[in-house]
Amino acid sequence: MSESIGNEMYTLRINGQDRPVKDAWVGESLLYVLRERLELPGAKGACEQGECGSCTVLMDGDAVCSCLVMAATAIGADIVTVEGLIEKDPSMATTADVIASQITDVQQAFITEGGVQCGFCTPGLIVAVHHLLDKNSDPTELDVKESISGNICRCTGYGRIFAAVEAVVQVRKASR
Amino acid sequence: MTVAVPLSLNEAFDALSRTPDARLIQGGTDLMVEINFNHVKPVDVIALRRIKELRTWQVNSNNTITIGSGVPYQEMEVGQLKELLPALAEAARTVGSPQIRAAGTLGGNLGTCSPAGDGLPVLFALDAIVHLQSAVTSRELSIHEFMLGVKRNARHANEIITGVTVPILDGWQGYAKVGVRNAMVISVASACLAVDKKNNSVRIALGAVGPTIIRCRDAESWLVQQLDLTTATSIDTTIAQEFGRRVALESKPIDDHRSTAEYRRHAVGVLAQRLITRAYTS
Ligand SMILES: Cc1cc2nc3c(=O)[nH]c(=O)nc-3n(C[C@H](O)[C@H](O)[C@H](O)COP(=O)(O)OP(=O)(O)OC[C@H]3O[C@@H](n4cnc5c(N)ncnc54)[C@H](O)[C@@H]3O)c2cc1C
Ligand code: FES
Ligand code: FES
Repeated sequence: MSESIGNEMYTLRINGQDRPVKDAWVGESLLYVLRERLELPGAKGACEQGECGSCTVLMDGDAVCSCLVMAATAIGADIVTVEGLIEKDPSMATTADVIASQITDVQQAFITEGGVQCGFCTPGLIVAVHHLLDKNSDPTELDVKESISGNICRCTGYGRIFAAVEAVVQVRKASR
Repeated sequence: MTVAVPLSLNEAFDALSRTPDARLIQGGTDLMVEINFNHVKPVDVIALRRIKELRTWQVNSNNTITIGSGVPYQEMEVGQLKELLPALAEAARTVGSPQIRAAGTLGGNLGTCSPAGDGLPVLFALDAIVHLQSAVTSRELSIHEFMLGVKRNARHANEIITGVTVPILDGWQGYAKVGVRNAMVISVASACLAVDKKNNSVRIALGAVGPTIIRCRDAESWLVQQLDLTTATSIDTTIAQEFGRRVALESKPIDDHRSTAEYRRHAVGVLAQRLITRAYTS
Protein backbone atom coordinates (compact mmCIF):
# COMPACT_ATOMS: atom_id res chain seq x y z
CA MET A 1 0.00 0.00 0.00
CA SER A 2 1.17 3.51 -0.69
CA GLU A 3 2.18 5.62 2.22
CA SER A 4 0.90 9.09 2.82
CA ILE A 5 3.33 11.77 3.82
CA GLY A 6 2.02 14.10 6.48
CA ASN A 7 4.19 16.69 8.12
CA GLU A 8 6.77 14.13 9.11
CA MET A 9 10.05 13.70 7.31
CA TYR A 10 10.43 12.57 3.75
CA THR A 11 13.58 11.95 1.77
CA LEU A 12 14.58 13.19 -1.66
CA ARG A 13 17.39 11.90 -3.85
CA ILE A 14 19.35 15.00 -4.86
CA ASN A 15 22.70 15.11 -6.61
CA GLY A 16 23.25 11.46 -5.78
CA GLN A 17 22.55 11.88 -2.08
CA ASP A 18 19.56 11.06 0.10
CA ARG A 19 18.45 14.33 1.63
CA PRO A 20 15.89 14.23 4.44
CA VAL A 21 13.38 17.08 4.47
CA LYS A 22 12.21 17.79 8.01
CA ASP A 23 9.49 19.92 9.55
CA ALA A 24 8.24 21.09 6.20
CA TRP A 25 4.72 21.77 4.98
CA VAL A 26 4.19 18.99 2.41
CA GLY A 27 2.68 21.35 -0.16
CA GLU A 28 5.98 23.19 -0.62
CA SER A 29 7.51 23.37 -4.08
CA LEU A 30 10.76 21.62 -4.81
CA LEU A 31 12.28 25.03 -5.47
CA TYR A 32 11.39 26.18 -1.98
CA VAL A 33 12.65 22.97 -0.38
CA LEU A 34 15.95 23.11 -2.26
CA ARG A 35 16.62 26.71 -1.34
CA GLU A 36 15.11 27.10 2.10
CA ARG A 37 15.45 23.63 3.60
CA LEU A 38 18.38 21.92 1.92
CA GLU A 39 20.86 24.74 1.47
CA LEU A 40 20.91 24.37 -2.29
CA PRO A 41 20.26 27.94 -3.41
CA GLY A 42 21.46 27.43 -7.00
CA ALA A 43 17.98 27.19 -8.50
CA LYS A 44 16.47 30.67 -8.46
CA GLY A 45 12.87 31.68 -7.99
CA ALA A 46 11.61 34.57 -10.08
CA CYS A 47 8.05 33.82 -11.08
CA GLU A 48 7.00 30.61 -9.33
CA GLN A 49 4.67 29.90 -12.21
CA GLY A 50 6.80 28.09 -14.74
CA GLU A 51 7.37 31.12 -16.95
CA CYS A 52 11.01 32.03 -16.42
CA GLY A 53 12.99 28.80 -16.12
CA SER A 54 15.40 30.18 -13.52
CA CYS A 55 14.44 27.29 -11.22
CA THR A 56 15.22 24.56 -13.77
CA VAL A 57 16.52 21.24 -12.39
CA LEU A 58 16.80 17.76 -13.82
CA MET A 59 14.26 15.23 -12.63
CA ASP A 60 14.70 11.65 -13.86
CA GLY A 61 16.67 13.10 -16.75
CA ASP A 62 14.12 15.74 -17.78
CA ALA A 63 14.64 19.47 -17.37
CA VAL A 64 11.68 20.73 -15.33
CA CYS A 65 10.71 23.84 -13.39
CA SER A 66 11.29 23.02 -9.73
CA CYS A 67 8.71 25.65 -8.77
CA LEU A 68 6.04 23.43 -10.38
CA VAL A 69 7.07 20.22 -8.63
CA MET A 70 5.47 19.54 -5.27
CA ALA A 71 8.58 18.43 -3.40
CA ALA A 72 6.93 15.62 -1.45
CA THR A 73 5.73 14.03 -4.70
CA ALA A 74 9.33 13.85 -5.97
CA ILE A 75 10.25 11.01 -3.63
CA GLY A 76 11.85 8.26 -5.67
CA ALA A 77 12.96 10.65 -8.40
CA ASP A 78 16.56 11.33 -9.28
CA ILE A 79 17.03 15.09 -8.95
CA VAL A 80 20.06 17.00 -10.15
CA THR A 81 20.42 20.70 -9.38
CA VAL A 82 22.92 23.14 -10.85
CA GLU A 83 25.14 22.40 -7.85
CA GLY A 84 25.17 18.73 -8.88
CA LEU A 85 26.52 19.41 -12.35
CA ILE A 86 30.04 19.96 -11.09
CA GLU A 87 32.26 17.38 -12.60
CA LYS A 88 34.45 16.05 -9.86
CA ASP A 89 32.37 14.92 -6.94
CA PRO A 90 28.68 15.71 -7.13
CA SER A 91 28.08 14.28 -3.66
CA MET A 92 30.07 17.19 -2.27
CA ALA A 93 27.73 19.64 -3.90
CA THR A 94 26.32 21.12 -0.75
CA THR A 95 28.41 24.14 -0.02
CA ALA A 96 29.17 27.15 -2.11
CA ASP A 97 32.96 27.07 -1.72
CA VAL A 98 33.30 23.52 -3.01
CA ILE A 99 31.18 24.36 -6.01
CA ALA A 100 33.15 27.47 -6.90
CA SER A 101 36.32 25.49 -7.48
CA GLN A 102 34.77 22.95 -9.82
CA ILE A 103 32.74 24.67 -12.50
CA THR A 104 31.73 22.86 -15.70
CA ASP A 105 32.69 23.60 -19.29
CA VAL A 106 29.27 25.13 -19.86
CA GLN A 107 29.64 27.41 -16.85
CA GLN A 108 33.15 28.42 -17.95
CA ALA A 109 31.91 29.19 -21.47
CA PHE A 110 29.14 31.42 -20.08
CA ILE A 111 31.82 33.36 -18.21
CA THR A 112 34.28 33.52 -21.10
CA GLU A 113 31.70 34.52 -23.69
CA GLY A 114 30.02 37.09 -21.43
CA GLY A 115 26.76 35.17 -21.14
CA VAL A 116 26.27 36.28 -17.54
CA GLN A 117 25.17 39.75 -16.52
CA CYS A 118 23.03 39.96 -13.42
CA GLY A 119 23.23 36.16 -13.30
CA PHE A 120 19.72 35.50 -12.11
CA CYS A 121 18.76 33.37 -15.13
CA THR A 122 22.14 31.68 -15.32
CA PRO A 123 21.66 28.59 -13.13
CA GLY A 124 18.50 27.64 -15.02
CA LEU A 125 20.20 28.19 -18.35
CA ILE A 126 23.22 26.15 -17.29
CA VAL A 127 20.98 23.21 -16.40
CA ALA A 128 18.99 23.56 -19.64
CA VAL A 129 22.15 23.71 -21.75
CA HIS A 130 23.72 20.70 -20.01
CA HIS A 131 20.48 18.82 -20.61
CA LEU A 132 20.52 19.75 -24.30
CA LEU A 133 24.15 18.81 -24.85
CA ASP A 134 23.80 15.51 -23.00
CA LYS A 135 21.13 14.45 -25.46
CA ASN A 136 22.43 16.19 -28.57
CA SER A 137 26.14 16.81 -28.99
CA ASP A 138 25.73 18.69 -32.26
CA PRO A 139 22.62 20.87 -31.95
CA THR A 140 21.42 23.17 -34.71
CA GLU A 141 20.77 26.83 -33.95
CA LEU A 142 17.07 25.98 -33.78
CA ASP A 143 17.70 23.11 -31.33
CA VAL A 144 19.57 25.51 -29.06
CA LYS A 145 16.86 28.17 -29.29
CA GLU A 146 14.14 25.63 -28.59
CA SER A 147 15.99 24.11 -25.67
CA ILE A 148 16.25 27.43 -23.86
CA SER A 149 12.88 28.80 -24.97
CA GLY A 150 11.64 28.27 -21.41
CA ASN A 151 14.47 30.29 -19.88
CA ILE A 152 14.02 34.03 -19.80
CA CYS A 153 17.03 36.36 -19.61
CA ARG A 154 16.34 40.04 -19.12
CA CYS A 155 19.92 41.23 -19.50
CA THR A 156 21.99 39.61 -22.21
CA GLY A 157 19.75 39.61 -25.25
CA TYR A 158 20.73 35.94 -25.68
CA GLY A 159 23.48 36.52 -28.26
CA ARG A 160 26.23 35.85 -25.72
CA ILE A 161 24.40 32.80 -24.46
CA PHE A 162 24.22 31.30 -27.96
CA ALA A 163 27.91 32.07 -28.35
CA ALA A 164 28.65 30.23 -25.10
CA VAL A 165 26.73 27.15 -26.21
CA GLU A 166 28.48 27.19 -29.58
CA ALA A 167 31.85 27.45 -27.84
CA VAL A 168 31.12 24.39 -25.69
CA VAL A 169 29.95 22.40 -28.72
CA GLN A 170 33.18 23.21 -30.56
CA VAL A 171 35.43 22.37 -27.62
CA ARG A 172 33.62 19.11 -26.93
CA LYS A 173 33.81 18.18 -30.64
CA ALA A 174 37.53 18.89 -30.78
CA SER A 175 38.17 16.74 -27.72
CA ARG A 176 36.22 13.74 -28.99
CA MET B 1 -2.13 18.13 4.71
CA THR B 2 -1.02 14.76 3.36
CA VAL B 3 0.59 13.75 0.10
CA ALA B 4 0.22 10.21 -1.24
CA VAL B 5 2.44 8.92 -4.00
CA PRO B 6 0.84 5.66 -5.14
CA LEU B 7 2.67 3.32 -7.49
CA SER B 8 -0.42 1.81 -9.11
CA LEU B 9 -4.01 2.77 -9.90
CA ASN B 10 -5.24 0.42 -7.16
CA GLU B 11 -3.06 2.18 -4.62
CA ALA B 12 -4.37 5.50 -5.91
CA PHE B 13 -7.98 4.41 -5.38
CA ASP B 14 -7.06 3.24 -1.87
CA ALA B 15 -5.63 6.68 -1.16
CA LEU B 16 -8.71 8.31 -2.69
CA SER B 17 -11.03 6.30 -0.46
CA ARG B 18 -9.02 7.35 2.61
CA THR B 19 -8.99 11.02 1.57
CA PRO B 20 -12.04 11.48 -0.71
CA ASP B 21 -11.51 15.22 -1.07
CA ALA B 22 -7.90 14.90 -2.19
CA ARG B 23 -6.69 16.87 -5.20
CA LEU B 24 -4.99 14.82 -7.87
CA ILE B 25 -1.73 16.10 -9.26
CA GLN B 26 -0.02 14.81 -12.38
CA GLY B 27 2.60 17.11 -13.91
CA GLY B 28 1.72 19.92 -11.52
CA THR B 29 2.04 22.60 -14.20
CA ASP B 30 -1.47 23.91 -13.52
CA LEU B 31 -2.04 22.96 -9.91
CA MET B 32 1.32 24.10 -8.50
CA VAL B 33 0.80 27.60 -9.88
CA GLU B 34 -2.48 27.74 -7.94
CA ILE B 35 -0.80 26.44 -4.80
CA ASN B 36 2.26 28.71 -5.07
CA PHE B 37 -0.04 31.73 -5.30
CA ASN B 38 -2.31 30.53 -2.50
CA HIS B 39 -5.33 30.31 -4.76
CA VAL B 40 -5.71 26.69 -3.74
CA LYS B 41 -4.73 25.17 -0.43
CA PRO B 42 -5.46 21.48 -0.76
CA VAL B 43 -5.96 19.45 2.37
CA ASP B 44 -4.73 16.26 0.74
CA VAL B 45 -2.96 15.54 -2.51
CA ILE B 46 -2.56 12.33 -4.47
CA ALA B 47 0.31 12.42 -6.94
CA LEU B 48 -0.13 10.25 -10.02
CA ARG B 49 3.32 10.69 -11.52
CA ARG B 50 4.69 7.32 -10.44
CA ILE B 51 1.77 5.26 -11.76
CA LYS B 52 3.26 3.47 -14.76
CA GLU B 53 -0.15 2.42 -16.12
CA LEU B 54 -0.96 6.08 -16.73
CA ARG B 55 2.34 6.85 -18.45
CA THR B 56 1.97 4.44 -21.36
CA TRP B 57 0.13 4.51 -24.66
CA GLN B 58 -0.83 1.78 -27.06
CA VAL B 59 -2.20 1.17 -30.55
CA ASN B 60 -5.40 -0.89 -30.35
CA SER B 61 -6.54 -3.52 -32.86
CA ASN B 62 -9.48 -1.38 -34.06
CA ASN B 63 -7.18 1.31 -35.44
CA THR B 64 -7.35 3.55 -32.43
CA ILE B 65 -4.77 4.74 -29.92
CA THR B 66 -5.18 4.91 -26.17
CA ILE B 67 -2.95 7.45 -24.48
CA GLY B 68 -2.53 7.32 -20.71
CA SER B 69 -3.43 10.48 -18.84
CA GLY B 70 0.12 10.75 -17.49
CA VAL B 71 2.00 10.70 -20.79
CA PRO B 72 3.87 14.01 -20.97
CA TYR B 73 3.59 16.26 -24.03
CA GLN B 74 7.22 15.70 -24.95
CA GLU B 75 6.41 12.08 -25.83
CA MET B 76 3.63 13.14 -28.20
CA GLU B 77 5.97 15.39 -30.17
CA VAL B 78 8.14 12.54 -31.45
CA GLY B 79 8.22 8.99 -32.77
CA GLN B 80 5.21 6.85 -33.51
CA LEU B 81 2.75 9.06 -31.67
CA LYS B 82 3.77 11.97 -33.88
CA GLU B 83 3.46 9.82 -36.99
CA LEU B 84 0.02 8.49 -36.13
CA LEU B 85 -1.40 11.64 -34.55
CA PRO B 86 0.30 14.58 -36.28
CA ALA B 87 -2.26 17.11 -35.02
CA LEU B 88 -1.63 16.08 -31.43
CA ALA B 89 2.11 16.34 -32.00
CA GLU B 90 1.71 19.87 -33.39
CA ALA B 91 -0.51 20.88 -30.48
CA ALA B 92 1.87 19.36 -27.94
CA ARG B 93 4.75 21.25 -29.49
CA THR B 94 3.00 24.57 -28.88
CA VAL B 95 2.57 23.95 -25.15
CA GLY B 96 4.65 26.22 -22.91
CA SER B 97 8.33 25.38 -23.01
CA PRO B 98 10.45 22.22 -22.94
CA GLN B 99 10.21 22.25 -19.14
CA ILE B 100 6.41 22.45 -19.25
CA ARG B 101 6.20 19.77 -21.96
CA ALA B 102 8.35 17.41 -19.91
CA ALA B 103 5.89 17.60 -17.02
CA GLY B 104 2.47 18.56 -18.44
CA THR B 105 -0.02 15.89 -19.49
CA LEU B 106 -3.36 15.40 -21.24
CA GLY B 107 -4.82 14.25 -17.91
CA GLY B 108 -3.99 17.67 -16.47
CA ASN B 109 -5.24 19.49 -19.57
CA LEU B 110 -8.54 17.59 -19.24
CA GLY B 111 -8.63 18.08 -15.47
CA THR B 112 -8.21 21.83 -15.84
CA CYS B 113 -10.48 22.00 -18.88
CA SER B 114 -9.53 25.51 -19.94
CA PRO B 115 -10.95 26.46 -23.35
CA ALA B 116 -7.39 27.55 -24.17
CA GLY B 117 -5.95 24.09 -23.37
CA ASP B 118 -4.03 23.03 -26.46
CA GLY B 119 -4.75 19.32 -26.18
CA LEU B 120 -8.49 19.80 -26.18
CA PRO B 121 -9.22 20.97 -29.77
CA VAL B 122 -7.35 17.90 -31.00
CA LEU B 123 -9.44 15.63 -28.79
CA PHE B 124 -12.63 17.38 -30.01
CA ALA B 125 -11.63 17.09 -33.66
CA LEU B 126 -10.90 13.40 -33.21
CA ASP B 127 -14.08 12.70 -31.18
CA ALA B 128 -11.94 11.32 -28.37
CA ILE B 129 -13.27 8.99 -25.71
CA VAL B 130 -12.22 9.92 -22.16
CA HIS B 131 -11.66 7.02 -19.76
CA LEU B 132 -12.69 7.62 -16.16
CA GLN B 133 -12.21 5.12 -13.39
CA SER B 134 -13.08 4.97 -9.71
CA ALA B 135 -12.42 2.21 -7.19
CA VAL B 136 -15.61 0.49 -8.32
CA THR B 137 -16.70 2.01 -11.63
CA SER B 138 -15.23 2.51 -15.02
CA ARG B 139 -16.84 4.62 -17.72
CA GLU B 140 -16.13 6.08 -21.11
CA LEU B 141 -17.37 9.52 -22.00
CA SER B 142 -17.23 11.28 -25.32
CA ILE B 143 -15.05 14.39 -25.04
CA HIS B 144 -18.14 16.33 -26.15
CA GLU B 145 -19.92 15.21 -22.97
CA PHE B 146 -16.83 15.47 -20.79
CA MET B 147 -16.11 19.18 -21.17
CA LEU B 148 -19.03 21.14 -19.71
CA GLY B 149 -17.78 24.72 -19.72
CA VAL B 150 -14.91 26.99 -18.73
CA LYS B 151 -12.83 24.84 -16.35
CA ARG B 152 -15.78 22.51 -15.77
CA ASN B 153 -15.95 18.85 -16.64
CA ALA B 154 -18.05 15.76 -15.97
CA ARG B 155 -15.51 13.95 -13.78
CA HIS B 156 -16.83 12.76 -10.43
CA ALA B 157 -14.68 13.49 -7.39
CA ASN B 158 -13.90 9.81 -6.87
CA GLU B 159 -12.72 9.31 -10.45
CA ILE B 160 -9.31 9.40 -12.04
CA ILE B 161 -8.98 10.21 -15.72
CA THR B 162 -6.95 7.24 -16.89
CA GLY B 163 -6.59 8.13 -20.55
CA VAL B 164 -8.15 8.97 -23.89
CA THR B 165 -8.79 6.92 -27.01
CA VAL B 166 -8.66 8.51 -30.45
CA PRO B 167 -8.92 7.06 -33.96
CA ILE B 168 -6.02 6.80 -36.36
CA LEU B 169 -7.34 8.62 -39.42
CA ASP B 170 -6.23 8.43 -43.01
CA GLY B 171 -5.90 12.05 -44.11
CA TRP B 172 -4.01 15.24 -43.32
CA GLN B 173 -4.32 16.73 -39.85
CA GLY B 174 -2.79 19.71 -38.11
CA TYR B 175 -3.02 22.27 -35.34
CA ALA B 176 -2.49 26.01 -35.44
CA LYS B 177 -2.47 28.56 -32.67
CA VAL B 178 -2.28 32.32 -32.36
CA GLY B 179 -0.53 33.89 -29.39
CA VAL B 180 1.55 36.95 -28.67
CA ARG B 181 4.83 35.22 -29.35
CA ASN B 182 6.24 31.88 -30.37
CA ALA B 183 7.31 30.16 -27.17
CA MET B 184 5.55 29.91 -23.85
CA VAL B 185 2.22 31.32 -24.74
CA ILE B 186 -1.36 30.57 -23.81
CA SER B 187 -3.55 30.45 -26.88
CA VAL B 188 -5.52 33.52 -27.99
CA ALA B 189 -7.25 31.36 -30.60
CA SER B 190 -6.51 27.94 -31.99
CA ALA B 191 -7.83 25.37 -34.43
CA CYS B 192 -7.36 21.69 -35.13
CA LEU B 193 -8.30 20.27 -38.52
CA ALA B 194 -8.40 16.59 -39.43
CA VAL B 195 -9.38 15.08 -42.76
CA ASP B 196 -10.98 11.63 -42.64
CA LYS B 197 -10.58 10.32 -46.18
CA LYS B 198 -12.26 7.02 -45.50
CA ASN B 199 -15.49 8.73 -44.49
CA ASN B 200 -15.04 11.67 -46.87
CA SER B 201 -15.33 14.06 -43.96
CA VAL B 202 -13.41 16.86 -42.32
CA ARG B 203 -13.37 17.83 -38.67
CA ILE B 204 -12.48 21.26 -37.33
CA ALA B 205 -12.42 22.24 -33.66
CA LEU B 206 -11.65 25.67 -32.19
CA GLY B 207 -9.93 26.57 -28.93
CA ALA B 208 -10.16 29.75 -26.83
CA VAL B 209 -13.14 31.14 -28.74
CA GLY B 210 -15.98 29.90 -26.55
CA PRO B 211 -16.75 28.40 -23.13
CA THR B 212 -15.92 24.94 -24.46
CA ILE B 213 -14.04 23.80 -27.53
CA ILE B 214 -16.25 24.36 -30.57
CA ARG B 215 -16.77 21.90 -33.41
CA CYS B 216 -17.82 23.73 -36.58
CA ARG B 217 -20.36 21.24 -37.87
CA ASP B 218 -21.89 23.64 -40.41
CA ALA B 219 -18.57 24.54 -41.99
CA GLU B 220 -17.59 20.86 -42.00
CA SER B 221 -20.70 19.76 -43.89
CA TRP B 222 -20.49 22.74 -46.24
CA LEU B 223 -16.94 21.83 -47.22
CA VAL B 224 -17.87 18.24 -48.02
CA GLN B 225 -20.30 19.56 -50.62
CA GLN B 226 -17.60 21.68 -52.28
CA LEU B 227 -14.81 19.17 -52.51
CA ASP B 228 -14.23 15.45 -52.71
CA LEU B 229 -12.04 15.20 -49.62
CA THR B 230 -10.83 11.73 -50.51
CA THR B 231 -9.47 12.45 -53.95
CA ALA B 232 -8.79 16.21 -54.03
CA THR B 233 -5.16 17.23 -54.33
CA SER B 234 -5.67 20.98 -54.23
CA ILE B 235 -8.24 23.50 -53.08
CA ASP B 236 -9.44 26.76 -54.66
CA THR B 237 -8.49 29.83 -52.68
CA THR B 238 -12.10 30.99 -52.77
CA ILE B 239 -13.31 27.75 -51.18
CA ALA B 240 -10.61 27.89 -48.51
CA GLN B 241 -11.55 31.51 -47.78
CA GLU B 242 -15.24 30.76 -47.57
CA PHE B 243 -14.47 27.82 -45.28
CA GLY B 244 -12.54 30.19 -43.01
CA ARG B 245 -15.42 32.67 -43.03
CA ARG B 246 -17.92 29.96 -42.09
CA VAL B 247 -15.69 28.63 -39.33
CA ALA B 248 -15.34 32.15 -37.89
CA LEU B 249 -19.15 32.47 -37.82
CA GLU B 250 -19.40 29.40 -35.59
CA SER B 251 -16.95 30.74 -33.00
CA LYS B 252 -18.31 32.37 -29.84
CA PRO B 253 -15.37 34.46 -28.60
CA ILE B 254 -15.32 36.99 -25.80
CA ASP B 255 -13.16 39.98 -24.91
CA ASP B 256 -10.67 39.33 -22.12
CA HIS B 257 -7.18 40.31 -20.96
CA ARG B 258 -5.57 38.27 -23.73
CA SER B 259 -7.50 39.57 -26.71
CA THR B 260 -10.76 40.90 -28.13
CA ALA B 261 -13.67 38.88 -29.44
CA GLU B 262 -13.35 40.55 -32.83
CA TYR B 263 -9.70 39.64 -33.22
CA ARG B 264 -10.31 36.09 -32.09
CA ARG B 265 -13.11 35.59 -34.60
CA HIS B 266 -10.90 36.93 -37.36
CA ALA B 267 -7.99 34.78 -36.21
CA VAL B 268 -9.85 31.46 -36.20
CA GLY B 269 -11.09 32.18 -39.71
CA VAL B 270 -7.53 32.73 -40.88
CA LEU B 271 -6.32 29.60 -39.06
CA ALA B 272 -9.05 27.48 -40.63
CA GLN B 273 -8.23 28.79 -44.08
CA ARG B 274 -4.53 28.09 -43.56
CA LEU B 275 -5.13 24.61 -42.22
CA ILE B 276 -7.38 23.52 -45.06
CA THR B 277 -4.93 25.02 -47.55
CA ARG B 278 -2.07 23.07 -45.94
CA ALA B 279 -4.22 19.93 -46.05
CA TYR B 280 -4.56 20.18 -49.81
CA THR B 281 -1.11 21.39 -50.80
CA SER B 282 1.24 18.53 -51.44
C1 LIG C 1 4.45 28.35 -18.00
C2 LIG C 1 3.26 27.55 -18.41
C3 LIG C 1 2.90 27.50 -19.74
C4 LIG C 1 1.80 26.76 -20.14
N1 LIG C 1 1.48 26.74 -21.47
C5 LIG C 1 0.42 26.01 -21.87
C6 LIG C 1 0.09 25.96 -23.24
O1 LIG C 1 0.77 26.54 -24.10
N2 LIG C 1 -0.98 25.21 -23.61
C7 LIG C 1 -1.74 24.54 -22.68
O2 LIG C 1 -2.68 23.86 -23.07
N3 LIG C 1 -1.44 24.58 -21.38
C8 LIG C 1 -0.39 25.30 -20.95
N4 LIG C 1 -0.09 25.36 -19.62
C9 LIG C 1 -0.98 24.68 -18.67
C10 LIG C 1 -0.60 23.25 -18.33
O3 LIG C 1 0.76 23.00 -18.62
C11 LIG C 1 -1.44 22.23 -19.09
O4 LIG C 1 -2.82 22.45 -18.83
C12 LIG C 1 -1.09 20.80 -18.73
O5 LIG C 1 -1.73 19.94 -19.62
C13 LIG C 1 -1.47 20.42 -17.30
O6 LIG C 1 -1.04 19.09 -17.07
P1 LIG C 1 -0.41 18.65 -15.68
O7 LIG C 1 -0.22 17.19 -15.74
O8 LIG C 1 0.76 19.46 -15.35
O9 LIG C 1 -1.63 19.04 -14.71
P2 LIG C 1 -1.70 19.21 -13.11
O10 LIG C 1 -1.31 20.57 -12.73
O11 LIG C 1 -1.03 18.07 -12.44
O12 LIG C 1 -3.27 19.03 -12.92
C14 LIG C 1 -4.18 19.97 -13.49
C15 LIG C 1 -5.60 19.68 -13.02
O13 LIG C 1 -6.06 18.43 -13.50
C16 LIG C 1 -6.37 17.54 -12.45
N5 LIG C 1 -5.86 16.24 -12.86
C17 LIG C 1 -4.58 15.96 -13.24
N6 LIG C 1 -4.48 14.68 -13.62
C18 LIG C 1 -5.71 14.13 -13.46
C19 LIG C 1 -6.22 12.82 -13.69
N7 LIG C 1 -5.47 11.83 -14.16
N8 LIG C 1 -7.53 12.59 -13.42
C20 LIG C 1 -8.31 13.61 -12.95
N9 LIG C 1 -7.89 14.87 -12.74
C21 LIG C 1 -6.59 15.13 -12.98
C22 LIG C 1 -5.69 18.12 -11.22
O14 LIG C 1 -6.37 17.80 -10.04
C23 LIG C 1 -5.71 19.59 -11.50
O15 LIG C 1 -6.95 20.14 -11.14
C24 LIG C 1 1.03 26.06 -19.19
C25 LIG C 1 1.40 26.09 -17.84
C26 LIG C 1 2.50 26.82 -17.44
C27 LIG C 1 2.90 26.83 -16.01
S1 FES D 1 10.60 30.34 -10.77
FE1 FES D 1 10.12 28.46 -11.72
S2 FES D 1 9.89 29.03 -13.76
FE2 FES D 1 10.14 30.95 -12.79
S1 FES E 1 21.85 37.71 -16.94
FE1 FES E 1 20.32 38.89 -15.96
S2 FES E 1 18.52 37.75 -16.41
FE2 FES E 1 20.00 36.79 -17.60
